[in-house]
Amino acid sequence: MAPETSSIFHDLQLPSGRRVQVPTGLFIDNTFHLAVEPSETFETINPVTEAPICSVQLASEKDVDIAVESSRKAFETVWGVHAKPTWRGQLLLRLADLMERDAQSLAELESLDNGKPVSAARDFDIAESIACLRYYGGWTDKIAGQTIPTDDLNKLAYTLHEPIGVCAQIIPWNYPIQMWAWKTAPALAAGCTVIMKPSELTPLTALKLCELIVEAGFPPGVLNCLPSTGPIGGAALSRHMDVDKIAFTGSTATGRKILQEAAQSNLKKVTLELGGKSPHLIFASADLDKAAEQAVLGIMFNMGQDCCAGSRIYAEASIYDEFIEKVAARAKEFSAKVGDPFADDTQGGPLVSAGQRDKVWGYIQSGINEGAKAMVGGKGWDGKGFYLLPTVFTDIKPGMKIVKEEIFGPVVAIGKFETEKEAIELANATTYGLAAGIQSNDHRQIHRVTSALKAGTVWVNQYGILHNNVPFGGYKQSGIGRELGSYAISEYTNVKAVHWNFS
Amino acid sequence: MVNTFEYDFSQQQNSVWKGKTSFSTGLYIDGKFVDGAEGKTIDVTNPADGKVFAKVSEATAKDVDLAVQAAHKAFKTVWGLRFPGSQRGKLLMKLADLMEQNADELAALESLDNGKAFATAKGFDVQQAAETIRYYGGWCDKHHGKTIEVDEHKLAYTRNEPFGVVGQIIPWNFPLLMFAWKLGPALATGNCIILKPSEFTPLTAIRMAHMIQEAGFPPGVVNILTGYGATAGSAISSHMMIDKVAFTGSTLVGRTVLKAAADSNLKNVTLELGGKSPNIIFDDADLEQAIKWSAFGIYFNHGQCCCAGSRVYVQEGVYDTFMQKFTEHVRALKVGDPFHPETFQGPQVSKVQFDRIMGYIQKGKDEGATVHLGGEQHGEEGYYIQPTIFTDAKPGMTIVKDEIFGPVVVVIKFKDEADIIEMANDSMYGLAAAVFSRDISRALKTAHDLGAGTVWVNQYNKLHYQVPFGGYKQSGIGRELGEYALANYTNVKAVHVNLTAEL
Repeated sequence: MAPETSSIFHDLQLPSGRRVQVPTGLFIDNTFHLAVEPSETFETINPVTEAPICSVQLASEKDVDIAVESSRKAFETVWGVHAKPTWRGQLLLRLADLMERDAQSLAELESLDNGKPVSAARDFDIAESIACLRYYGGWTDKIAGQTIPTDDLNKLAYTLHEPIGVCAQIIPWNYPIQMWAWKTAPALAAGCTVIMKPSELTPLTALKLCELIVEAGFPPGVLNCLPSTGPIGGAALSRHMDVDKIAFTGSTATGRKILQEAAQSNLKKVTLELGGKSPHLIFASADLDKAAEQAVLGIMFNMGQDCCAGSRIYAEASIYDEFIEKVAARAKEFSAKVGDPFADDTQGGPLVSAGQRDKVWGYIQSGINEGAKAMVGGKGWDGKGFYLLPTVFTDIKPGMKIVKEEIFGPVVAIGKFETEKEAIELANATTYGLAAGIQSNDHRQIHRVTSALKAGTVWVNQYGILHNNVPFGGYKQSGIGRELGSYAISEYTNVKAVHWNFS
Repeated sequence: MVNTFEYDFSQQQNSVWKGKTSFSTGLYIDGKFVDGAEGKTIDVTNPADGKVFAKVSEATAKDVDLAVQAAHKAFKTVWGLRFPGSQRGKLLMKLADLMEQNADELAALESLDNGKAFATAKGFDVQQAAETIRYYGGWCDKHHGKTIEVDEHKLAYTRNEPFGVVGQIIPWNFPLLMFAWKLGPALATGNCIILKPSEFTPLTAIRMAHMIQEAGFPPGVVNILTGYGATAGSAISSHMMIDKVAFTGSTLVGRTVLKAAADSNLKNVTLELGGKSPNIIFDDADLEQAIKWSAFGIYFNHGQCCCAGSRVYVQEGVYDTFMQKFTEHVRALKVGDPFHPETFQGPQVSKVQFDRIMGYIQKGKDEGATVHLGGEQHGEEGYYIQPTIFTDAKPGMTIVKDEIFGPVVVVIKFKDEADIIEMANDSMYGLAAAVFSRDISRALKTAHDLGAGTVWVNQYNKLHYQVPFGGYKQSGIGRELGEYALANYTNVKAVHVNLTAEL
């Protein structure tokens, strides 16, 4: 049988009627290539139709070697200290402009691959990504070290904040473009070269963005992109002896593997953004309507496929009954807006894949089997697409799977507490520590509780709203390191202390 | 009646750019171009031929009042922290883009008005000014306050707030660049501005007003008032509703600004004043390089540079060789028509400056120094002065002590380190200094001992917008450029939230 002809571009017609050409090859040295084994491909699936969109080249360990060589060369010759900081900034600003220019078509491609509504992709994911690129574009010539007066008067002691080097970045499928921006922007701003491995579930926009990388003027090798699977491409990057750092966003289970591989290979630097089971505490003094609104959005936005989703809600006993009614009402309103991602008023689409849908459905069944009550939802979906409607569980107990494990779907567990102390204990009773929310109008309580919560992000009278200049990351098993803000720049710099004796 | 300035640069025979310009030259107040309250105008003179070629509106105290009112209104309603940092950044980026798009026009205006070479205006002034604006555009959403741990009873944090309405008075030597140095940090931090350009060089400031309007800054945020120091400038320094004044110019006028601030509302003051900067050449210097940098250090911008290296100290071992080669180098500097592509040095900016410099040259002769080179007017027309070298100058002489602000250098022989530090620091000024030596230890030790805000090692007159600049002693108060400039426009508010302390 003749080998299948693999191509590195695919012409797509989007549901809107727009035609777009999507790269499906490996992006190395500013051009798209076939993999060393071009017959190794994988398919990406449309979660609405359940049909394959196209085939994409699958990078193997050999391809990773080639990409790393390219990244290393770029770092040593045209990037890092060889690229003036202001110029690096200008490239990022230009990239932001290009993303803005192509926002609508990128949003449609994102929606096709991931299932999220086009309007959300464009007005939220992509708008924030553009702002993220601009934010880091403004940092490049502002990364200062220190000069330090020591006890030695004949010494000039100073620190240089140098780029770490070749950085592998593995991003998830829940916010493909936004995770791409969160990762590439600070790394490139700091002067690192990047090898990006998008999720095998949603590779298309990452590949399309490589065209903008070329158009913006980034030199070859500064950003390479390897579509691949975690076990093949991801693992090869984690263990590569010439990769200086790996940044990963995804499940805690995979994060563990990456840290192990890093330790066993060259002790590369590791930052991890992992899972969460974030608690949202509703105190009696809260504005219950606002709290219910924010609590529902806090779990249902992106159909719960969000690492910091407020997936456990605890309401103070005295307002519990009233509160869960409000939550149920809003959850039902949200359910009514789940549908075709390409329709303007859709607020939620399908889950990203059959696998994810099955996993979430498994949790819903477990909840029911373990005795929780599905106040809203709890049913499957009839018809095409990996849809699951919002499910709200009450009558929960600490030991239940739906209370302990990250579901990553539109499923929330609501419990009750009597005292503030109990609320804090319930909130912190998890191996995770990514985020938390508190609804209260008592400022002393707010301070006590925010101080006591073991979470990297705490929202007060809000949920789920992030900003490019405020850091984000996990306590405990939710991660290592911080993204966003000035803090992300630190994650991509190596501090060199120079002791210059001039006596 | 507000004038329109129209000029066709093809009338400049030697110019490489033959474009046209046309814009209204009113005062820019509250987003509109208006006549001065007293209906008067200022004549604009071309220093290359001494002829008046334009008229711009003149602002007096009444106009300052109107501008202040507009600025306060804008600050209270549409600007300040109410207008998010990333959005302020976008406007500044847009302004930088507009400047680059109109680089030829801006450079030609600068050249016509100030007398500097078009090639320099374009390759240096306009480019640096645009990049400075872009640099500060990147700071807007990164000006962090701090949270500070005190005790368990309190949440303490600082907020970086803008002053509100700030006055800025800029000089004629780098009109556009000084405009950018002032505007950038003030707008980045959220202030509204009343800016008075020099009456000698108003054109690029007015053209910038048009670009500010085009970029979309809300009316009242930036107000540009062309006027005289004694009237408009004084009105700004003593205005009860201006919260801060920043001035660049002579030490003499700086004093009056500080006094006026003290007498009125104790407004915050930053000053960038004069200099008499020492340039030290040790006998182990790379002499060829030292000569080139030293010539650039004094003759760049026709000596009209606050940080000019106007006292050159040469160690006795290399004095003769230095003098011989330095003289040769200076003799070859091209003085002439600013629009000629090979011109290095154009005319001095005005008759007043011309007379003052010639006066100093005469004083130098009278007090017994030797005119080693130059000392006369160059040509018959315009305010050109020959690059001049004085030797046999002694510490007490006027030409050694006073800032001449022209193409006049004194070269003095010195013996050794002990000798030179005292001589170099023997000045009421302390703006800049330089050390030339191949022995880095010697260079650094000397650099650390020099009382100057900027010290160059093996270089002269190379600044960067990321690096702070300002004076010791009577050369100024405060620092411009870099992150440091933000502090000039920031009012720090400490917020103490008492949580649990009770009386």
